[in-house]
Amino acid sequence: MTFRVHVRVMPRVGLLDPQGQAVEHALTALGFDEAGAVRVGRAIELDVAASSRDEAEARARLMCDKLLANPVTEDYLLDVEDD
Amino acid sequence: MPSVAVVRFPGSNCDWDTLRAAEAEGADAYFVWHRDSDLRGADIVVLPGGFSYGDYLRSGAIARFSPVMQAVQRHAAAGGPVLGICNGFQILCEAHLLPGALLRNAGLTFVSKPVDVTVEQTETPFTCDYEAGARLRLPVAHGEGRYVAPADTLRVLEAEGRVVLRYVAATEGSPFQPNPNGSANHIAGICNAAGNVVGIMPHPERAADRLLGLTGGSGFFTSMVTSQQDSSKSRVSSQ
Repeated sequence: MTFRVHVRVMPRVGLLDPQGQAVEHALTALGFDEAGAVRVGRAIELDVAASSRDEAEARARLMCDKLLANPVTEDYLLDVEDD
Repeated sequence: MPSVAVVRFPGSNCDWDTLRAAEAEGADAYFVWHRDSDLRGADIVVLPGGFSYGDYLRSGAIARFSPVMQAVQRHAAAGGPVLGICNGFQILCEAHLLPGALLRNAGLTFVSKPVDVTVEQTETPFTCDYEAGARLRLPVAHGEGRYVAPADTLRVLEAEGRVVLRYVAATEGSPFQPNPNGSANHIAGICNAAGNVVGIMPHPERAADRLLGLTGGSGFFTSMVTSQQDSSKSRVSSQ
C-alpha cells in the first residue's frame, strides 16, 4: 500500500524566528492588525510504501529524525493519509 | 609538507580560494569530489564555503550524506584535522561532527562584509599560529550564520574553551561590529571536544593575500603547516 504523508516542520518554540517576525510586520503593514505570533516553517509531502498505516508513520518519523527536520532547532508533525 | 584535501560539493564556490591559500603557505593541496570515498591520504580536510546542493532543505543537510562525508567522519574520528568554513561549518553541524546549528541571520538579510573577531582558542590545528585573544578582521558572507545550541551545550562550549572565534561586541567605533547575525554568545566558530574539528563562519581564505586587502586569515593556513610539524599543538589541552 502507499500512504501519502504530510510533514510539517516548524522552528522550535522559543527560538527566534526572524522570518515569522518579518511576515507579521508585513501583515501589520497591510492592515491585518489582528494577526499575531506568526511563525514560518516548511511543509513536505511524500508517498511512503508500507504494509500498514503504522509502519508508514514509523518510517516517516525516522525520515524526519534523520533528514527532514533538524532535531536541534525544529519540531515536526506527521499526518498520514489513508490511500 | 602537509597534504590538504579541499572537498568540492555541487555548489561549493570558495574551493579555489581555499586551495590557493593553503598552497601559498606550502601545503600540498588538492580537490576531492563529493562522490569520492577516498581522501587520498590527506593530513587535513577542509570543507569550503558555498551553497552545497543549493542549500535545499537546510544549509548543509544534503551534503552531509555525500559519499565523501563517510571518509571525513572516519578522518575526524581518528583525530585528523577538519576545518569547515561557512557552508562547511553548516555541513559539520548537520553531520553532528560539531554541536548546534546555524540558522537564518536574525536580520534576515544576507550579510557580506568584513567583521571583527577574536581568536579565543589557539590550541587547534587551524589557530595555533595565532596569539590567544588576537583580533582579526575577516569577511563573512552568509544568510544562515546565527549559531544556535541548547543552553547546556553553550555552557559546555564555554567551559571547555571550545569557542574558537567570537564576533567582537560593539565596544568602539569600528564599522565592522558587532555580531552580524545574532549568534548565541557572539559565536563565530567552535571546535569539537578533541579540538581537531573546527567550524567557522568567517572566510580566512578571502583574507590571506595582500592583493585581497586583508591578510589576517593567513594564520589558519600557516597553522595547518605548523600543526603538522608539531602534532602536540593539534589538541585542546586536557584540563
